[in-house]
Order: sequence, then C-alpha cells, then structure tokens
Amino acid sequence: MKTSNPRAWFLVLPVICLVAFNALIPLMTVVNYSVQETFGNNVFFWHGIGWFQDVLGSERFHAALGRQFLFTGIILAIEVPLGVAIALAMPRSGPWVPVCLILMAMPLLIPWNVVGAMWNIFTLPDIGLLGYTLNSILGIEYNMTQSPLAAWITIVAMDVWHWTSLVVLLAYAGLVSIPDAYYQAAKIDGASKFAVFRHIQLPKMKQVLTIAILLRFMDSFMIYTEPFVLTGGGPGNSTTLLSIDLVKVALGQFDLGPAAAMSLIYFAITLLVSWAFYTAMTKDDQK
Amino acid sequence: MKLRSLAPIFYILFLMLPIYWLVSMSFKTTNEILSGFSLFPQEFTLENYAVIFNDPTWYWGYINSTIYVTINTIISVSVALPAAYAFSRYRFMGDKHLFFWLLTNRMAPPAVFALPFFQLYSAVGLFDTHIAVALAHCLFNIPLAVWILEGFMSGVPKELDETAYVDGYSFRRFFFRIFMPNIKAGIGVAAFFCFMFSWVELLLAKTLTAVDAKPIAATMTKTASSAGYELGLLAAAGCLTIIPGAIVIYFVRNHIAKGFALGRV
Repeated sequence: MKTSNPRAWFLVLPVICLVAFNALIPLMTVVNYSVQETFGNNVFFWHGIGWFQDVLGSERFHAALGRQFLFTGIILAIEVPLGVAIALAMPRSGPWVPVCLILMAMPLLIPWNVVGAMWNIFTLPDIGLLGYTLNSILGIEYNMTQSPLAAWITIVAMDVWHWTSLVVLLAYAGLVSIPDAYYQAAKIDGASKFAVFRHIQLPKMKQVLTIAILLRFMDSFMIYTEPFVLTGGGPGNSTTLLSIDLVKVALGQFDLGPAAAMSLIYFAITLLVSWAFYTAMTKDDQK
Repeated sequence: MKLRSLAPIFYILFLMLPIYWLVSMSFKTTNEILSGFSLFPQEFTLENYAVIFNDPTWYWGYINSTIYVTINTIISVSVALPAAYAFSRYRFMGDKHLFFWLLTNRMAPPAVFALPFFQLYSAVGLFDTHIAVALAHCLFNIPLAVWILEGFMSGVPKELDETAYVDGYSFRRFFFRIFMPNIKAGIGVAAFFCFMFSWVELLLAKTLTAVDAKPIAATMTKTASSAGYELGLLAAAGCLTIIPGAIVIYFVRNHIAKGFALGRV
C-alpha cells in the first residue's frame, strides 16, 4: 500500500521542470502556429481552425496516414509473433544465453541513420549482398529505387531486422520469470505443448507483451530516419510515411501553419491509440 | 524439436548479415567497391579508417556525440531517481495523471518537435551546443528513465524504507546509503537506455547543431550526399558508431532482458 504524501511533489519537481521546458513550450509554439496564417516578415494573422480543416480534408494527408497505418500494422503483425516464437525457442539457461541476448540487442544500438545507410549498402542491386543475390544469382528483378513494392518490402524487412529483438528480449524476460513448478504441474497433468503455451506462458508474458506492443506501436508510428535514409520516401511518394511528409512540409516548404496543424493531429492520433493500450495495461495492474 | 532450437541461430544469422556487409565494405578500396560484387575484401585496406581518424570533421563528430550523450544520461538518471521513488512509494495529488503525462512525451514524434526546438534553443542562445542536444533528448529519456526505475524500485519491499526510518536514518542518508545500492542494476539499466536512445537519435540532434556540436550521424548524412559515392568511408564511419553501443551493452548483459521489460517482470 502506498502512503499518501503531498510532499512527494518536491521529488518530482526537477523532472516536471525539465520535461515541461522541453514539451510545453514547443507544444505551445506549435499550437500558436497552427491557428495563424503568415505572409512572411513575422506578420501573423488569426486563421482559426482553417489549417486543421485543410489538413484533415487533404488527400495527401490521408494517403500518408494510410501508409503509416499500413506500415505499423504490417510490422506489428510480423514482429510480435516472430519475436514470441524466437523467445520460446531460446534455451532457458546456459552459457550461450547472454551471448545470444547481446547479439540480438546489437541492431537496437545502431544509430538510426546508420541502419538506413547499412540497408542501403546491403540492398544495392549491383554490389549489395542482398541486391546482388536476388538479381544475379536468383534472377529475381529487384530494384528499390524503381519498384514501390520492392521499396516497401525493404523498409519492412529493415524494421523487422531492427526491432524484432526488442520483442524477443521482452518476451524472453517474461518467460524466464515463470517458476519451474508451473511446468512440472503441467507435465503431471499431461498438458500438451499448446496448452502449456496457452495457459501458462501466454498469461505470464501478457504484461511484457503489452509493453512490447505499446513500444513498437509508438516507435513505428514515429519512424522517420531509417526509411528517409533508405528510400527518401520514394519511389514517388510510395514510402512517404507520416513523419517524412511532416518534415517535408515543415522544414522543406516552411509552411508553418499546415505543418503545425498536421503535427497536432499526428500527436493526437499517437496519443489516442497509446492511451487505449495504457488503460489496458493499468487495468491488468489492478487485478 | 531440432528445427525449433535452430530458430534463434537463423535469426541471429539474419541479424548479422547486413552488419557483416557493412564491416566488409569498410575494408574495401573504393576501386574494388565500384568494380563489382565481391563477398570478401580482395585488397584488404584500412584506408577508410585512416581518413576518419585523421580528419577533425570526422572524429569530432564522435567526440560531440559522446559528450552530449554522456551529459544527457547523467541529467536524465539523476532527476529521474527521486521522481521514480516518489511514484513507487507515495500517493500524491495528480500522481497518475502526471505519470501518464510523462509517458506522453515518449510518444511525441520528434518530427513534430524539430522546428519548435530549433526556435526555442535559438531563443535561449543554446543553439549548436552540446547541452542543447542533451536537454532536448531529455524529452524522451527522462520519462523512460522514470518508467524503468519505478519498475525496479517497486520490486524493493517497502519494509526496507520503514526499517531504515525506524533506525533513525534521514531520507537523504537512507536514499544514498541503502536504497541506491539496492537498485544498482536498475540504475545501470536506466543509464544504458538513456545512452542508447540518445546515441541513436538523429533528427533532433541534427536540427539543434550546425558546426560546433555536430553529431557523427549528421556528418555521415552530409558525406553520403555531398561526396558522391564514398561507400567505403561511409561504411567505416557506420562501423565505428556500433562500437560504443557494443561496449555499454556488455556492462548490463545480465540485466538486459529485465531492463527491456522495464523492470516489470
């Protein structure tokens, strides 16, 4: 049971100050831009909710948002089952476990633009390992800069390569925390492999898996650097995800109003979905 | 059964392939790279690395990155410690909302904040300094550190605190002498994550710097676009960015699984 202590606020104060400085001031700036129109020279006019209507009604935004949801949906559908399967196949103890874990965590520690550059070099059609193997040895035509499908497969493969380990590590942490007695009891009852998974492993992993899905949702929804370095959003606009589009509008065209409105809508969508996950998570805590 | 135990091995192989290709590229000469496909470097060369270690614009990139990552890790963990203690031990007005608000900052897309950050840090005169990037990365690292530390602290029984107070420890002495040694692993893991996310982030670091505090990642993107096709050099620079991560991960290897679970297993 936690004790009630109003003075605990003092312990949280430094965190609030720092995060507020970084979060509230920029957020207010964005809100400020989102309701104003400018013709340059720092002269601003009240524009009301005009930008929001523009952005919400624009086909460009719909397309980018659609691509974003498609991307996040695909990578969640691949990474979560794959990560759980690999965690289940890992030995529960032994000298190789730390080695495996360190090797698996490697991709997580590579700067994101290096991940993009690495996959770029890896998939070059004439001199990249993957590109050369596909084109010249297997005879499958593969060129990311021309075919939107190839570009999509490549960014999905890159994200699976980059982040599946996070799910593996989380699921594995959940698995090793299950006491042996549970497995012995299941053995005595003659439970099948699937029954063990369904009634022992899955419930025990539930909490960490929620964290995994939450983190993967948030990060894949915000993804910018890796696909930007790899495909630059192309060919055409086929891999222009939401944040790539946003940076194009904000820093490329310097359309502050629409960019700000788009930012707020983007942030709101991320928050809404994450909030749904968060409530599901804390509901579990209370049980 | 046999196939099952092979799955992690295949997975690790899949992870290592692009990394191998990057490393192998970095040891090739530009001529060899452009002349065609080769699985291993034919003329093994260290030239690409020599360029990086002899050119200040390159190696200062690494130094700049290391400086702001270190500052950020120290700030994040030291302010997150008392806050995480408050969240794990006390109830206070608005605690749940505050915790969620902190988490929302972990969900804020950096792309949303790039432009306002540029204006904010220019306005306070911190643009192109290490401290600016370190502070900006606090946006997502402090919430994460609080989240991880709170998980580890909740695993420490409350009786420990009560016994210490009965024994006449002041809060400060208890916190530094007894409590912190108890959550050493958690502090290590939190520091590791702050290091990691600050090290891999590029968009904000690039937006907030121009020359003096330019991170290595930004130097790389510039080379990739301006110097044409110096793939070997790019690969060598990429390889060097993997090393710091590999070093810090070694220190937390025994806690890494639990750390990724935010201490909540």
